[in-house]
Amino acid sequence: MSTYKVNKTYQEINAKIRSGKVVVVTAEEIIGIVKKEGPVEAARKVDVVTTGTFAPMCSSGAFINFGHSTPTIKASKVWLNNVPAYGGLAAVDCYIGATETCEDDPLNKVWPGEFNYGGGHVIQDLVAGKKVHLKATAYGTSCYPSRIIEKKITLKELPSATLCNPRNGYQNYNCAVNLTRKTIYTYMGALKPKAGNANYCSSGELSPLFNDPYYKTIGLGTRIFLGGAEGYVTWQGTQHNPSVPRTEKGIPMKPAGTLWVMGDLKKMSHKWLVGMSIQGYGISLAVGLGVPIPILNEEMASYTAISDDEIFTQIVDYGNDYPNGISNSLGTVSYAELKSGSIELDGKNVLTVPLSSMVKAREIAEILKDWIQKGEFFLGEPQFTLPV
Amino acid sequence: MYSKILILRFPNTGVSKPTVCYLSKDYDLTFTILKATILPRKEGILVIEVTGAKKDFKRGMAFLRDQGIQVQNASQEVNRDTEKCVHCGACTAVCPTGALSVKRSDLSIDFNIQKCSVCELCVTACPTRAMKIQPTSEAFF
Repeated sequence: MSTYKVNKTYQEINAKIRSGKVVVVTAEEIIGIVKKEGPVEAARKVDVVTTGTFAPMCSSGAFINFGHSTPTIKASKVWLNNVPAYGGLAAVDCYIGATETCEDDPLNKVWPGEFNYGGGHVIQDLVAGKKVHLKATAYGTSCYPSRIIEKKITLKELPSATLCNPRNGYQNYNCAVNLTRKTIYTYMGALKPKAGNANYCSSGELSPLFNDPYYKTIGLGTRIFLGGAEGYVTWQGTQHNPSVPRTEKGIPMKPAGTLWVMGDLKKMSHKWLVGMSIQGYGISLAVGLGVPIPILNEEMASYTAISDDEIFTQIVDYGNDYPNGISNSLGTVSYAELKSGSIELDGKNVLTVPLSSMVKAREIAEILKDWIQKGEFFLGEPQFTLPV
Repeated sequence: MYSKILILRFPNTGVSKPTVCYLSKDYDLTFTILKATILPRKEGILVIEVTGAKKDFKRGMAFLRDQGIQVQNASQEVNRDTEKCVHCGACTAVCPTGALSVKRSDLSIDFNIQKCSVCELCVTACPTRAMKIQPTSEAFF
């Protein structure tokens, strides 16, 4: 039997959503409530805490079925707006990955490369309703004789399109600096020499997995905000690594859990799936992601009350250590320090640079709160939770 | 004192005549020639910085245009497309003057055009290409 003072089920919370009596607050708002009234009282009052994050998430992409044309084709090579998509699937299925670069892109030949168009932009153009040029080639078979097709596709006319991101919503991420003597361009942004700036990428106290550090409510079937529509957590993400050092409250001190998420691309919006050109690095896709955390008991209320000063990460040198696979922390900093604008490293004040948008993260948490309050969004009870 | 960088385009009939020197002689303006080219079809392009009183500047520009010379403002500024900006903050890593900064109250990205030196580093550092170089919008005549 449970030893909690407050016990709620998913069904009870969903019944409250249906009747309009549900109490929803954001992961920023819950902090003050728990501080003032304690976790038990907070758990009695609040049913759901909404989270949000909006940042480049490279392990993203979409499965697209572009329908048959006559004569039929078994597309083996596919391009969308001249960006290669993987065609090693059934006849007219392909997967467009976020980081794929446009053919003929000069890449890093003129350093640092600009990377103006790629997979992330194709996905954004599709959800924006723009026409996308599709080219596919094949070797020809008896049942699929055609060897080449070219056509314009729009998301609306596609038989199906599914966003399927194998790794999103990293629970914590490194704070990046560069200790070499030259500016470097990384997936963590531009890093000036001799630790000229420290870049970080997490929405901290608003970030989904910081609010449920042991994934007690997150797993296959958790309904989420994804790219502006409803989506689902379908598995643990790739590189999901829960066994890292944690604080007393269970917050991982370095990159840990990840989410595998899916959703219907047709319902998503170009506002929440944004192609990113990362100078000197490549293409990515900024994904809007928000997970509602059900306050099933006072323990969940305590978890969601985590604040930036209790969340820590490691400072990592991306000039020498990271590219050489050297696992070395230059120091530990809290997100409160990172968000203050500067951190101290070796007695020197270093400017901090965010890469994860707090403005958008907050907007996502508010939208999700609004959906739930209006009775348009119900909690999905996971079939199993992510491995701890 | 008023100062502007201008692009002057001379028709092919005008390149051999003294013209710009009259800005000094008749209009009390000083100028520095930054670039001068005569194109294969004998049209001329001159990039100059003109300095003087605003009143004289306006009269001088009217004189140039009367000679059939096209006058264009060369000064540029950086603008932010607020539809495209997602407030990520990547630009604040490269901005040397602090024109782009993180507003501490809500962690949104602030762009103070007064501080901008038009170094253009943010243009390619911005992942969503929200920063654009444009001719200065301020009309000068």
